[in-house]
Amino acid sequence: MGDNLISVNNVSVNFDYQENFISKKQKIHAVNNINIKIKKGSFFGLVGESGSGKTTLGRAILGANNISSGNVIFHDDERDYDLTNMNKQDLKEYRKKAQLIFQDPYAALSPRMTVRDIIAEPLEVMKITNSRQETDERVRDIAAKCRLNIEHLRRFPHAFSGGQRQRISIARALVSNPKFIVADESVAALDVSIQADILNLLKQLQTELNLTYLFISHDLSVVAHVCDIVAVMYLGHIVEMGPSRELFKNPKHSYTKALLSSIPSIDPEKRSEAIELKGEIPSALNPPPGCVFRTRCPNPGVDCKGGEITMGLTEVEPGHWVDQCCVL
Amino acid sequence: MSHLLEVKNLDVKFDTDEGRITAVENISLSVDQGEVLGIVGESGSGKSVTAKSIMKLNPGNTSYNEDAEIILDNENILQFTSKQDLKKIRGGKVSMIFQEPMASFAPAIKIGAQMVEQLLIHKNINKDEAKSISINMLKRVGIADAEKRFNQYAFELSGGMRQRAMIAMALSTMPKLLLADEPTTALDVTIQAQVINLIKDIIKEYQMGVIFITHDLGVIAQVADHVAVMYLGSVVEKGPVNEILKNPKHPYTKGLLQALPDINNLDAPLSPIPGNIPSPLDRPTGCVFRTRCPHHNPEGKDGKIEMKLIEVEPGHWVDQCGIQCGQNG
Ligand SMILES: Nc1ncnc2c1ncn2[C@@H]1O[C@H](COP(=O)(O)OP(=O)(O)OP(=O)(O)O)[C@@H](O)[C@H]1O
Ligand SMILES: Nc1ncnc2c1ncn2[C@@H]1O[C@H](COP(=O)(O)OP(=O)(O)OP(=O)(O)O)[C@@H](O)[C@H]1O
Ligand code: SF4
Ligand code: SF4
Ligand SMILES: [Mg+2]
Ligand SMILES: [Mg+2]
Repeated sequence: MGDNLISVNNVSVNFDYQENFISKKQKIHAVNNINIKIKKGSFFGLVGESGSGKTTLGRAILGANNISSGNVIFHDDERDYDLTNMNKQDLKEYRKKAQLIFQDPYAALSPRMTVRDIIAEPLEVMKITNSRQETDERVRDIAAKCRLNIEHLRRFPHAFSGGQRQRISIARALVSNPKFIVADESVAALDVSIQADILNLLKQLQTELNLTYLFISHDLSVVAHVCDIVAVMYLGHIVEMGPSRELFKNPKHSYTKALLSSIPSIDPEKRSEAIELKGEIPSALNPPPGCVFRTRCPNPGVDCKGGEITMGLTEVEPGHWVDQCCVL
Repeated sequence: MSHLLEVKNLDVKFDTDEGRITAVENISLSVDQGEVLGIVGESGSGKSVTAKSIMKLNPGNTSYNEDAEIILDNENILQFTSKQDLKKIRGGKVSMIFQEPMASFAPAIKIGAQMVEQLLIHKNINKDEAKSISINMLKRVGIADAEKRFNQYAFELSGGMRQRAMIAMALSTMPKLLLADEPTTALDVTIQAQVINLIKDIIKEYQMGVIFITHDLGVIAQVADHVAVMYLGSVVEKGPVNEILKNPKHPYTKGLLQALPDINNLDAPLSPIPGNIPSPLDRPTGCVFRTRCPHHNPEGKDGKIEMKLIEVEPGHWVDQCGIQCGQNG
């Protein structure tokens, strides 16, 4: 296990769904049988369709979602934490070590707290600092690292635009000195210049503070630039995973290929050469049997159409994994 | 020909504890029927504030300048005060897709009920018709199980699904003007491609005008006819999309294009525009970009050159100092 920080073993997460009181209970299969290892110090990327389960998986790894089956192990220096089997004390310690930078900076920040209090809150809740002075010092320190002005600290979040708020949530996530960060669409709301700036900042903080990231994003160009490993999710499954350069240069799965072709070109005359995916994303209430992508696959094989095949990753190049049926 | 929307010399200021913030200064824009105007610019540059002004949705501490005009369909929205008049624009003639998806759905009311209610306010139809329009719209934006989602709450949907539901709600009343504030930011690229096509189809079908705010220059390239580049409350460059992206003149526009991560060149470092955007409390005099600019135009550095857009090519406008500045670098 030596160089892995996190092992996700056969993890599934289901949610209950009931249309109304008399209809029968159904299950939303948000995350299905996922296996990943996140190396210490890596920038692990998670991309995929909206609703494919990225946030749910991220939250499961943070211990914020129930895990329906399988387990997640956090390998700390001295000991392992099994997230499916933690007592209150463990959970408290784990919270200091694993933090989330939210997807939606609007929902995340309490409107009645000053920016200083928002950033300081984790320190106070987790009783990390011993005096107000120490708290203030750490807040100012991390705020400066995230390039927030000191004058900003006295203000309330409503007076900030989206990008500024995202820096506040990054500062808040980093103030407790965590080892592992889930960054869920953390740069999606930012304009390109600040995005480049924040990505450089996250990279720099990674080396400075020894961080490991799970980086969830829709933006493949961003992921290609910052992540060392990328996993592609579709409807609760990982369909392809590998070192990012290899994966972007040599995509194997039909869904990955379609994704890469859909990146909007900056050239207005080059109107989309996207492999168009027809139809709707199937519902996680009723995922199709067999390959989950087959209802939209532009070139399904004969075997795929019937839905008889079983999903599962197979290694095609060292470290490059693809869903087995797409390889055959 | 008169434009569907014309914004003339708009200033928007906010009174705060620390003083008066100028969020938008002297902006002029126009949108025609069936046309998409893209707005790009740094976080805090005033894009959302501009869009919200068009629906008079800015909060109570807002003030507009007296000589500003926002003309929609030959009426000056800034003069509207009665609830009746405001209702005509909000969700009627104008719909907005908000940047913050949670803000537009009330948390305790089901998505479908909210869509139906909005339709009943603005259209002369009955509940069943409103329901079927709503469900159809949910389907058109690519939501599977639309009948089921209709009965769910916003928090039960994934981020992207919520965004699509909001787009469905905004389009369902068939407004004349659609204000789309970062509408595809939360979407993955394949659905983004679908939603962009959907928005384009609907614009054509109903000859809607659209203001499309995004930080994604790729999206701008694919949807917009014209684009305005904003920085710290000012438009520094505007024109036809092809012209702006291929032949940018202002150093800020150039910087934005250079900061884009290029998937075809992974070894290129990400190059942000150096420095920080100043606080709107101490907005620089003269060129607003001068605290971060490469200063190829020495007089601009001292703030001696007043901001003013000049037409450099037909329809292509650039701030006067920025023209010289951009030429040299
Ligand atoms: N609390 C919940 N209750 C019921 N269903 C949920 C809940 N949270 C998520 N889901 C469902 O689980 C599935 C996965 O959602 P998730 O938010 O993880 O997707 P995502 O990949 O993060 O999508 P996006 O890119 O749109 O944010 C979706 O079908 C969603 O509707
Ligand atoms: N109600 C308010 N009171 C005070 N200042 C405000 C208010 N609303 C916005 N501002 C300020 O006005 C400026 C413009 O904000 P706006 O939200 O329009 O930016 P934006 O261009 O949409 O940015 P983003 O890309 O981050 O969404 C910012 O400096 C912001 O802090
Ligand atoms: S397994 Fe078949 S249906 Fe699924 S992606 Fe591969 S080719 Fe397409
Ligand atoms: S030289 Fe002028 S336009 Fe260029 S950035 Fe400086 S002040 Fe602005
Ligand atoms: Mg998500
Ligand atoms: Mg905005």
